[in-house]
Amino acid sequence: MKGLRRYLDKIKPAFEKGGKLEKLHSTFEAIEAFIFVSNRVTLTGSHIRDAVDLKRTMSIVVLALMPPLLFGMWNVGYQHFIANGMEASLWQNFWFGFLQVLPIVIVSYVTGLAIEFGFAQARGHEVNEGFLVTGMLIPLIMPPDVPLWMVAVSTAFAVIFGKEVFGGTGMNILNPALTARAFLFFAYPKEMSGDKVWIVDKPDAFSGATPMGDAMIDQVDKIPSPMDMFLGFIPGSVGETSTVAIIIGALILLFTGVASWRIMLSVVVGGLVMGWIFNLLALNEYMLIPAWEHLIMGGFAFGAVYMATDPVTATQTIKGKYIYGFLIGFFAVMVRVFNPAFPEGMMMAILFMNVFAPLIDHYVVQANIRKRRKRWQKKGIPDV
Amino acid sequence: MPAPIKIKKGLDIQLVGKAVKNIINILPQTYATKPIDFIGVFPKVLVSEGDEVRAGTPIYFDRKREQILFSSPVSGTVKEIRRGPKRLLMEIIIEAGNTLEYVDFGIADPIALTREQIIEKMLNSGIWPVIRQRPYSFIARPEENPRAIFISAFDTSPLAPDYNFIVEGEAKAFQLGIDALRKLTTGKIHLNVLDDTATSQVFLGTKGVQISRFTGPHPTGNISTQVSRIDPINKGDVIWYLRPQEVLMIGRLFLSGKYDATKIYALTGSMIRQPAYYKSLAGACIHDMVNNNTLEGNARYISGNVLTGTKIGQNGYAGFYDSQITVIPEGDYYEFLGWADPGLNKYSFYNQFLSRFFPTKKFSLDTNIHGGARAFVMTGKYEKVFPFDIFPMQLIKAIMIEDIDLMENLGIYEIDAEDFALIEFIETSKIEIQSIVRNGLNLLYKETT
Repeated sequence: MKGLRRYLDKIKPAFEKGGKLEKLHSTFEAIEAFIFVSNRVTLTGSHIRDAVDLKRTMSIVVLALMPPLLFGMWNVGYQHFIANGMEASLWQNFWFGFLQVLPIVIVSYVTGLAIEFGFAQARGHEVNEGFLVTGMLIPLIMPPDVPLWMVAVSTAFAVIFGKEVFGGTGMNILNPALTARAFLFFAYPKEMSGDKVWIVDKPDAFSGATPMGDAMIDQVDKIPSPMDMFLGFIPGSVGETSTVAIIIGALILLFTGVASWRIMLSVVVGGLVMGWIFNLLALNEYMLIPAWEHLIMGGFAFGAVYMATDPVTATQTIKGKYIYGFLIGFFAVMVRVFNPAFPEGMMMAILFMNVFAPLIDHYVVQANIRKRRKRWQKKGIPDV
Repeated sequence: MPAPIKIKKGLDIQLVGKAVKNIINILPQTYATKPIDFIGVFPKVLVSEGDEVRAGTPIYFDRKREQILFSSPVSGTVKEIRRGPKRLLMEIIIEAGNTLEYVDFGIADPIALTREQIIEKMLNSGIWPVIRQRPYSFIARPEENPRAIFISAFDTSPLAPDYNFIVEGEAKAFQLGIDALRKLTTGKIHLNVLDDTATSQVFLGTKGVQISRFTGPHPTGNISTQVSRIDPINKGDVIWYLRPQEVLMIGRLFLSGKYDATKIYALTGSMIRQPAYYKSLAGACIHDMVNNNTLEGNARYISGNVLTGTKIGQNGYAGFYDSQITVIPEGDYYEFLGWADPGLNKYSFYNQFLSRFFPTKKFSLDTNIHGGARAFVMTGKYEKVFPFDIFPMQLIKAIMIEDIDLMENLGIYEIDAEDFALIEFIETSKIEIQSIVRNGLNLLYKETT
């Protein structure tokens, strides 16, 4: 590695201020920092620092996304061969799905990172690691048969208008991956709904609707068995189908403490509460499905584990996290059952609560402020 | 006895290099008094290079508060008045003479003196700066009547000195120091000790103080943590605070009539061959402690602890308020794919490294930052090492946008930069939190007074 280090040291001056390739400074810095953790030392404040950094944290999230990704690849093949009435081995299924999903992953990363690098360079910032996660989340919430150009367009939209216009990772209000999905949903509604996109090369005669699609048009009896939905042998977006794979990812996120258990837990509670309320109302067949089944249908589990817990767009206070998560689960199930235009409510619920997260935090913080000022008043300190 | 106050949040960073309980006496050639140790002081020098001084001779004073003098800890010759950028007065170096001569301020019993007499004696001898105030951590204002005086008799920061060991046999001076402090406030003197059987009788036997017992990880030993549990600071409140060695210095002033700046330092850190305690004077040059006692390699010399200390050179001088010198390796190396390392030998607060499976393992941490500076991303982590009823991230952001009202409302009066040291340590985005907080306090002071 010393040779590589020497080489980097040799070419480094060209990228510094005044160098020939000054314009590519951020790009060089990002690549260098990826290969070698910087030699920078502390100057003031705490002389020692935790071994953690954003690269580490983001790589843990990417690692936690591997179970749904790998399962999703297999399932894309599985659904394809079933629909076409063909028998296929585990490897054939996986290989088919791999070839289908990999291009989506590549397009998502290439588009997003190119824009990120461009913005970092223009601002003279370092490239932020946030897109490592977003770039993997986007393919996982895409339908398997999505045209690649749509992936590129929606990723570009999400990175530019969902994130960079606000100042980049850490400043954005909406979850960038869901922004990409929402953009697709509203820009190309015909291609993004119905039963066409969920299975690759689906013959017309085969139904191919997702459980959500079935439930929306009052065909609740067509919903697959809970076990199939839990394990994930159903059509759907690439990474969302298997609750088992998502739970494995959730365990990684929870053990490492990267994602908030408070949010995950309260999303589940919120979904269950809304489900029970519908059970009590029992106005149509959809309302009758057991509350817990909502948790394994559609994107609920995926959203709860990977999307709602995005620390930048979620609430930042501890109390706020409970409220935020609860309302996401609550609204997700409500939108599902009530709204005829959106078969899935999770995306809308999370984006909606992203917008309200700062407001929730505001009231939590105000409570703390009021408590402090009451203490001041008791001591007779005049109100400021 | 009331139950001990339990602090749950915090973090004890396990480091190699704790000082063994063995005191080595040293008499360094040079000493320094550093105006930069005192926050908010604008020094005006009273001596010139070559002047003869005794221990207790005033060296400079604060231009803004002229009665506050700063004295020489030793007798000898003023060797150098060292200035930094923009002629900022960095340190005044005094070369020790052959014998230690003191200015005589007269023996007195503080119980028989009035508040004014005690203050006058402390100001004249240059010992007054040992008393600091919160908020802001400035030197206390003599004309003020603080709501209470707090003394933290234990330090929980990494590799911290053991004050029980340091004050051994000093009961008389400690009691005299307390007697003097009692005249300075109409409120209580709070002596906060660790809830531990090893706590010294010097502390437990002191009269005229309110003893509270604490237990918990760092920052339990911090003044703000203790004040927040006993009687939180409100807007407009002022409390004064000291560390045990500073109480001893006051006691010795009344006991012997001298400015006796004797101080025991814990020499700690993974780069030190034989970590131990060293007895010298305030402002001692650390050369005699670290020379031939440091391992091979590029080292960082710190006056204070690794979280809040000041970087000094190999021949630097101990800070006025510090009772600890720490030497750790510099971290100026590149690490190949460091972020992907399983991390068996990496210390982290987070469960993202294998080292978490070895909770009792001790580490030798260096000064590498381990990553680049980023915007705030992670949330909910600061709160785990911050035992206050304050929203740390919101307060930091209020400081960054310079919103004075919001800072006040979010509790800035209750904290100091050192309380954010652990947050700075665990911060994923590598933001310099302590500097931000210090700047916030400075701005607050400027705008509200």
